[in-house]
Amino acid sequence: MTFLNFLISGISLGSIYAIIALGYTMVYGIAKMLNFAHGDVIMVGAYICFYAVSRFDLPPLAGVILAMLVCTVLGMVVERLAYKPLRQAPSLAVLITAIGVSYFLQNMALLLWSSNPKVFPGFFVSASGDTGVELFGGELKISYVTLFTILICIVIMLALTWFTGRTKMGKAMRACSEDKGAAQLMGINVDATISMTFAIGSGLAAIAGVLLCSAYPTLVPTTGSMPGIKAFTAAVFGGIGSIPGAFLGGLLLGIIEIFAKAYISTQLSDAVVFAVLIIVLLVKPAGLLGKQIREKV
Amino acid sequence: MEAILKVEDINVYYGSIHAIKGVSFEVNEGEIVTLIGANGAGKSTTLNTISGLLHSKTGSISFMGENLGKFPCHKIVSKGLALVPEGRRVFLQMTVQENLEMGAYTQGGKSMDTDLERVYEQFPRLKERFKQVAGTLSGGEQQMLAMGRALMSHPKLLMLDEPSMGLAPILVEQIFEIIENLHKAGTTILLVEQNAQAALSVADRGYVLETGKVVTTGTGRELLESPAIKKAYLGG
Repeated sequence: MTFLNFLISGISLGSIYAIIALGYTMVYGIAKMLNFAHGDVIMVGAYICFYAVSRFDLPPLAGVILAMLVCTVLGMVVERLAYKPLRQAPSLAVLITAIGVSYFLQNMALLLWSSNPKVFPGFFVSASGDTGVELFGGELKISYVTLFTILICIVIMLALTWFTGRTKMGKAMRACSEDKGAAQLMGINVDATISMTFAIGSGLAAIAGVLLCSAYPTLVPTTGSMPGIKAFTAAVFGGIGSIPGAFLGGLLLGIIEIFAKAYISTQLSDAVVFAVLIIVLLVKPAGLLGKQIREKV
Repeated sequence: MEAILKVEDINVYYGSIHAIKGVSFEVNEGEIVTLIGANGAGKSTTLNTISGLLHSKTGSISFMGENLGKFPCHKIVSKGLALVPEGRRVFLQMTVQENLEMGAYTQGGKSMDTDLERVYEQFPRLKERFKQVAGTLSGGEQQMLAMGRALMSHPKLLMLDEPSMGLAPILVEQIFEIIENLHKAGTTILLVEQNAQAALSVADRGYVLETGKVVTTGTGRELLESPAIKKAYLGG
């Protein structure tokens, strides 16, 4: 039964990684850049939600929506100001800029909200004060946070699959990710599409931030950086640029991390996670679901 | 006949390389006009400039009396100009049908079904494979897909960049047959080809480009029979 407990918390943590990884992978797929500031957008989202709910007494759902709005705008503004001028620049310049944006956001948070940890409120409590359900006579405990996290991740995954597979805008995004020049020839506004991708990725990051801090309630300006890097790892693990890949990579990474913590060593868990990544990349350099499409000529 | 496309004195640079040096030409409604020339003469650069992927430093490009210079690339296709780019550039990871849908991106979706039907009628091969991912198509099929995709936007002027490149002779014949059919159906065509023989035999008029300049112009027949052209481009 403890195994099942670990598995469920692994899936839950993995779901958070997956939601963050989706943002990484979509932006990479379309703008062909690694947005290392993505993790810090999570942190901003968590702070916005924290202040909205704890200081301004908004209902949690309103706090989440407000956080999503702020992060969506933040993502678009960052793209417009920091990345768009570098569209023609070498990828190294863009990468360094992304790291710069990451530090900028962390330090801005430090100035605005100080380094004192904030305790994130627990949203997922039933009317009777329960924080979860107990099964098998208390042997298996699943918290509401865990359940919601998994559920929300599945909903996001299905929504994105529908969006990229069925809608005109989503298909245009896929076209842009393959060939921007050809996409422009079709009449697709590539700049607007990239901006849209940042908006979606950052909105998702806000959700991830709220879920992350609901499960691990200590909120500081660097809260987003480690999950951000793990989620980036998850995106590479699953095959960067691939939406199902980010989902799978995120889940596996979360499960591996929790199992490593439980059965190997708490200190070594991150080392185990990255060791698995290295092994996977040695065997499958494009990641688990990364496409290396063969082209006929 | 009146010119629907008027290119006047364009100069295009790749960094410090002066690729197009004051090129001017016209395409009249209903014509097939071809630009021929060796590798690096500036044929593709010219087409890419007309479609807005590249920009000219001087001169003007006007289409149906409207100056295209002020429009970004993605606005040009809705003016009625479609480019089938060199190397086909279909979306390899998308299905045949999705590729065609992208071609109709600016059309607002009203006539999507009839447009798809029309393109499938022209290219029955694409209909057979409409669910297949474009990356699994053969080169000839990809060329048809690229042409079908461009036709989805109802172009008044279709620009084709090296449609026969890398194709087996039998497929080249097929592609040129399709070009002639499109022409008969009323589409104006601007064709860039290295296969000068084939291009000049279908073209009403041709322009010969050499190192970024128009050096000769004439009807397709005149150019085919010109000794200088024969020597330079038609293998004697």
